[in-house]
Amino acid sequence: MLRHRLNLKDGKIIRKIMEAGKENKLIVSVSPHIKSSESVDKIMWTVTATLLPTFVMGVYYFGPKAVIVTLLCIIGSLLSEYFVQKLAGKDISLKDGSAVLTGLLLGMNMPSTLPFYIPLLSSFVAVAITKQLFGGLGYNIFNPALMGRAFALITWPRAMTTWAEPIANFTGMDAKTTATPLGILKEQGLDKLLEVFGSKMHLYSELLLGHRAGSLGETSVIAILIGAAFLLLRGYITLRIPAAFLAAVAAGAWVFGGKQGIFTGDPLVHVLSGGLMLGAFYMATDYVTCPTTKKGQMLFGAGCGLLTILIRLKAGYPEGVMFSILIMNCFTPLIDRGFRTEVFGAKKKA
Amino acid sequence: MDKEFMKLFEIFIASALINNFVFTRFLGLCIFFGVTKKVETAVGMSITFTSVMMVSAALSWLVFNYIMVPLDLTFLKIVIFIGIIASFVQASDTIMRKISPGLYYKLGVYLALISTNCIILAVPLINAGDKYNFIEAITLGLGSGLGFALALIIMASIREKLELANVPRPFQGLPIAFVTTGLIALAFLGFSGIITQ
Repeated sequence: MLRHRLNLKDGKIIRKIMEAGKENKLIVSVSPHIKSSESVDKIMWTVTATLLPTFVMGVYYFGPKAVIVTLLCIIGSLLSEYFVQKLAGKDISLKDGSAVLTGLLLGMNMPSTLPFYIPLLSSFVAVAITKQLFGGLGYNIFNPALMGRAFALITWPRAMTTWAEPIANFTGMDAKTTATPLGILKEQGLDKLLEVFGSKMHLYSELLLGHRAGSLGETSVIAILIGAAFLLLRGYITLRIPAAFLAAVAAGAWVFGGKQGIFTGDPLVHVLSGGLMLGAFYMATDYVTCPTTKKGQMLFGAGCGLLTILIRLKAGYPEGVMFSILIMNCFTPLIDRGFRTEVFGAKKKA
Repeated sequence: MDKEFMKLFEIFIASALINNFVFTRFLGLCIFFGVTKKVETAVGMSITFTSVMMVSAALSWLVFNYIMVPLDLTFLKIVIFIGIIASFVQASDTIMRKISPGLYYKLGVYLALISTNCIILAVPLINAGDKYNFIEAITLGLGSGLGFALALIIMASIREKLELANVPRPFQGLPIAFVTTGLIALAFLGFSGIITQ
């Protein structure tokens, strides 16, 4: 009797669900059930748009070659995404903007003086191996753009560290090559760096405006901050990771960066130079590859900062932002495990 | 004293991070892929491995410097080291089963795997080749053990996450684990050059 009544009731419920489904009122999805107009596509394209000031500065200083390198990266990313998804028999998702963003970020991480195959092959490593092989957007363990760059740096070390002088010319002529501020700092020390740039204030202002050798996206701190401020205001990224990252680098540079002993370093030079701003605001904050809890994110940022300063001061490379973020990416699942949130109402283990 | 301590520190950091056995020398991969499906097993293996590594480094050092060098038997080092390690592991297996069955139940499975591991053999060979003293030999054992532990635990946490990932079918399981290892190795290259010897 009871069973019969239940069945009848179930039937009614099922019919209601089906009717609702027809009118598109019922959306079956996994948690979290958040209703908002935000979507992956929108976020990806917005982040891409906020990189435009940085891109413009890169083009301003390095000329048409900057456009070519960036375009090659984007084209390589889109092609890799298309072919892997075609091979795997998945839906083609070029429209979601993630491949374009990866390509653009990869381009921002490259010098302007590259032969055409380096951007193309690196973007294949970034999109096909680092992202699609792990199951596509949302499943990758490492930041794709940074892995693409790490591959390029290891494979073509000379080409990837040949920096053109930023001269703001549009003739497309070959510019002189020169060293990055961090390269000079590593090889010849702070005194030489000050000699090249004149005074300390001049050095800071040149770093802020971006008049220095380096990757396309690590020129102007101000341009990056404009884009990052927009992302912060929209709530797409939070300050937790970038703040912890920058604070750790500044503290490390202040304590260990000086020649005269501890606490004599110059934190501003380290914070403003290299790819730190781009890395802290655009790479480390990647949703997929950073921890999900607040404490975990702060730990992640601080770890990135400490590793960056360790590599900059001690290791073989002048710049450590890329490696530090990739190394912390390895630890992300572990950090997430350590700071696992308590399930609401669950009994505590004795 | 200070200089000696710095050398020990360098040996430790170099063996744990810069020349990490898994990520730069690609040794010990059978255990590495065998026990990294779950973090719990990886932790158990790490504890067992590090302790066995230190003791076997010490034992081999004693045998090498007090028996093999005086008798001019250093050309037999591979054979003798394998013998020392295998008999030590077997002995501890038996003793542990008798004395503390609880511990044996938890860690005994890993012991059998360790006896023929290449990292366990590599450390005494490096110790003999670089003519380390006793403390340095144990430090190398500790550093290599902890470096291996780090690799195991990172890898296990990543593989637990990958269980839920939408990996293309031909790459599920071991293949994607190999790809991941390659990518971690690429990231760990950032440590290169920290200590120049």
